[in-house]
Amino acid sequence: MSEPVIKCQSVYKIFGANAERMLKEANGNVDAKTFQENGCIVGVNNASFEVSKGEMLVVMGLSGSGKSTLLRCISRLTDATGGKIFIEGQDLLNLNNKELIDLRRNKMGMVFQSFALLPHKTVLENIAFPLQIKGIKTEDSINKAMDMVKLVGLDGRENYFPRELSGGQQQRVGIARSLAVEPDIWFLDEPFSALDPLIRKEMQDEFLRLQEKLQKTIMFITHDFDEALKLADRIAIMKDGIIEQLDTPANIVLNPATEYVRKFTEEVPREKVLLIKDVMDEITSDNMGDIKVSKDEIIENVAEKILTQEKTVAVTDGKNNIVGSINPAKIINTVFGGRKNNH
Amino acid sequence: MELLKKYPKLFQWLFLLAVFFALCFAIDVPETYKFIRGQAEFVKDPNQSAFVFLGKEVRYYAFDVFWRLPPLLGWLPIWINDSLFFLMNDWMPMEFWNEDTQEYKTRPLVLQITRNLTAFMTFLIELIREILLGGLETIVAFTSWDWIDANPWAELPGLPWTIVAAGSAILAYKLGGKGLALYALLSMTYISIFGQWKPSMQTLSFILVAAPLSFIFGLGLGVAAYKSKRVEKALYPILLVMQTMPQYAVLVPALVLFGVGDHAAVIITMIVAVPPMILLTLLGLRAVPPEVIEAGRMSGCSNWQLMSKVLIPTARRDILIGVNQVIMVCFSMAVISAFIGAKGLGFNLLLALNQLNIGLALEAGLCISLIAILLDKMSLAWANKQVDYFGNLNFFQRNKNSLFFGVIVIIGILLAYFGSIYFKDGYNYLFEVPHNKGISTADFWNKGVDWIFDTFFVYIKAFNTWLIVDVLQPMRALYLRMPAVATLVLVVGAGYLIGGVRSALVVCGLTLFIALSPWWDRALVTTYMATFGVLVSCTIGFTVGTLCFQNKHSTNFMLNVCDIFQTFPSFVYLIPVMMLFGITDTSVLIAVIVYATIPATRYTIEGLRSVPAGLHDAATMSGVTKFQRLFKIEFPLAFPHMMLGLNQTIVFALFMVIIGAFIGTEDLGQYILKALSDKKGAGIGLTLGICVAFIGLIFDNLIRTWVGQRKKHLGID
Repeated sequence: MSEPVIKCQSVYKIFGANAERMLKEANGNVDAKTFQENGCIVGVNNASFEVSKGEMLVVMGLSGSGKSTLLRCISRLTDATGGKIFIEGQDLLNLNNKELIDLRRNKMGMVFQSFALLPHKTVLENIAFPLQIKGIKTEDSINKAMDMVKLVGLDGRENYFPRELSGGQQQRVGIARSLAVEPDIWFLDEPFSALDPLIRKEMQDEFLRLQEKLQKTIMFITHDFDEALKLADRIAIMKDGIIEQLDTPANIVLNPATEYVRKFTEEVPREKVLLIKDVMDEITSDNMGDIKVSKDEIIENVAEKILTQEKTVAVTDGKNNIVGSINPAKIINTVFGGRKNNH
Repeated sequence: MELLKKYPKLFQWLFLLAVFFALCFAIDVPETYKFIRGQAEFVKDPNQSAFVFLGKEVRYYAFDVFWRLPPLLGWLPIWINDSLFFLMNDWMPMEFWNEDTQEYKTRPLVLQITRNLTAFMTFLIELIREILLGGLETIVAFTSWDWIDANPWAELPGLPWTIVAAGSAILAYKLGGKGLALYALLSMTYISIFGQWKPSMQTLSFILVAAPLSFIFGLGLGVAAYKSKRVEKALYPILLVMQTMPQYAVLVPALVLFGVGDHAAVIITMIVAVPPMILLTLLGLRAVPPEVIEAGRMSGCSNWQLMSKVLIPTARRDILIGVNQVIMVCFSMAVISAFIGAKGLGFNLLLALNQLNIGLALEAGLCISLIAILLDKMSLAWANKQVDYFGNLNFFQRNKNSLFFGVIVIIGILLAYFGSIYFKDGYNYLFEVPHNKGISTADFWNKGVDWIFDTFFVYIKAFNTWLIVDVLQPMRALYLRMPAVATLVLVVGAGYLIGGVRSALVVCGLTLFIALSPWWDRALVTTYMATFGVLVSCTIGFTVGTLCFQNKHSTNFMLNVCDIFQTFPSFVYLIPVMMLFGITDTSVLIAVIVYATIPATRYTIEGLRSVPAGLHDAATMSGVTKFQRLFKIEFPLAFPHMMLGLNQTIVFALFMVIIGAFIGTEDLGQYILKALSDKKGAGIGLTLGICVAFIGLIFDNLIRTWVGQRKKHLGID
């Protein structure tokens, strides 16, 4: 496997006057309570993970869980107190100011919860801003920005000011701006949290469409578990600065690592999250009918097909080879069974 | 006891007042006490006591310490003065190359610096002035007097007024469209045909140097304060004092450092205009949302790009208010600096004041307002200007404004040329309408005032006498009757009750400074006039504001009226009252009231406006009447904001009371005015200015602390 795009090794972020000394003394064993008694607040506690190329890692946690702080460490908007962060093999914390600016100008894009548009610039100027900062000629940057306007579907509004747009439209501008320099790494900090539910769903779909086309390496922050399940390749669940579990959505739903994670998974409609491949069995010698289902289908979509069968159903991969089997009992078991404490 | 528990604050206040009055009655007025000879007057008299501090002798009339504190700070003005002279004349003599005499000359460092600064300012002003009006100083600056004698053609001819008027209209059109262009054209034409062209252009050239320089310095220092806590901490006390310092107290020290003339005026204007600019820049930068800064960083901004392309433009709203302040201060200084020999409208205004010519003063004042509004609107339009990226324009379209201006220049020159033929013997009206040779409405206004005076003489006189004898004199006497110790107890006690120990200490420090200066009695008189002015202003302002707020149109109308009155140079207010009420305290106070009512009204309206609409609906739904709503909901919620208005009213009132010295008062202002013509006035002027600033700061501290607590209590902000 090629080098991971983002790699974190025991990243700590501790706020407070003598954070660094405290961290050294703690010797890798950071306890939030003792730190707080000494006037330090632990933002991120021993975060280690990798994100590979083209992958979307969603960091989920409630407010104050340190998810935004983690993102800001990786984009180096704040300096991590301890640990190492590598971006495509470069040691992020050792970059000097110029190298950091270079990295941001060419490799990184970021979308913010409150959109963070420049109020004095039009839609077009906002999108062209990172390009102009890079020193690209006005004409070229404007042309490129116009392409971005079309990409996010804001044609005809390029001369509006941010204040004249709705929240969803403003965030489209934010997305277009973050993509203007064609970054490899895309950070999104709760991009849809400030939007109405309907708009949010629309933007999520739009976002998936874009990602299919662009295949960026993404870190996506959210406090909405459903959103995480919908978008993520892998999910990291954070609490009090600690990553409680980092796994695929299916594994998190099926095997929550801690009590905290399990609470989130309780209410999740599993048939909407899990794929056939997540619950299928080995190929069996049982008598399988003529019906086959793809392993990448969501359970919900094929449940009726399987449940109306008496027999085990064959599961195929993309090339129509049989890779597993599934029987109706398994489906019923997955959807309705196996929930502890479910009154 | 029940009551005591219910209203503990009320009883604390009552107790404080009781102590205060007890002290007042317990301490008798010393028999030798006379107001005018109250304290140190720098005249020798065998009855005086004296002490020596830091080698300076301070003489004063000693009283019981409870009655008046001895002027222990009396050495301060003398010391400031001597230090200034030492700096200018003896400190760090160095060899400097003299261009005129072609030899090295020994000069003190500070003198050399100020002289160079002066020369630079003079050059800038003359450059603009001569482009507008013609002259030869600029050419001489690059060559020499001999050269210009040999080549008289090189003298700048100046632009005909037609070109300047049309040029400003084109610029206004480019920046802000047709409306602004029309305004520019009309006001410039007005200025010209009413014969105010030359002084107006002189004032304009002064502003065009002072305003941009103040803007740049203010922005720069504001950014520095934003970036470094240490700079902010160093700047803050200076900013605070400068906010309440009467502007012309700064004149005297600047006079010593920079001499007389336009250049000194520019430097003083900068000293006065920069502090609000710094404060507003800082305020704006602080208010930029952190995510916007992060967005800038993630776009790969360097520190410089972040500041110039993200932070400053995002903070634009507050910075623009700063620009507006700078322009307003520049114009008010344009008048005040006429005291130290600046040319232009201000000088004419002062002249008209001296001759009690209301008409001329009004005309000059109107010109100042017109130019001020024009510059303000143009800078606003410039900051809001948009770029069009998609226009596929040809050469002519892109440069139409410049081309048009070129055509105007040619037409203007031709017109001026024909004018020189047509008006062969007299003045060339198409080149420049000479001063006081234009149309004038001065007579009309003068006659109007005369008519009022003649018609209502009896009533005015009766009112004046009544006010002075029955209200003002007793009030003044009461203020002066306060023993120093009683005043201190009252002020410090109020500080303690409002803001705890911290406030009490701050207020105590400020009051002690004034009490220990040689001008405690004068400060009392200033305070008495300010108090009277503020009381009346607030009554009028709060009433008018509340009444106007009942209707949307009258609200907007009133706010506009406030705007106009505020751009009017404050001196103009002095003239009509002086004519009607003569040289009395009444005149000063009426001017104070007119001027200080502006902020009182404005803040009342804005405060009432800031009451959330949801509350209105909630109140209406609980079935309140209009009056109930006003008294139970709107007033309590708007009150903190209205108190900030009171704060502004005090500052405005103090400012006008000090300017009132021009009419004739017996307070701190009179001494500042005196210091202007005193060779050793610098230290006195500065110390007096600080005293006035401290009076303002005492109230400022108390009101702000109270408002802060109140807002916290109400959960606003």
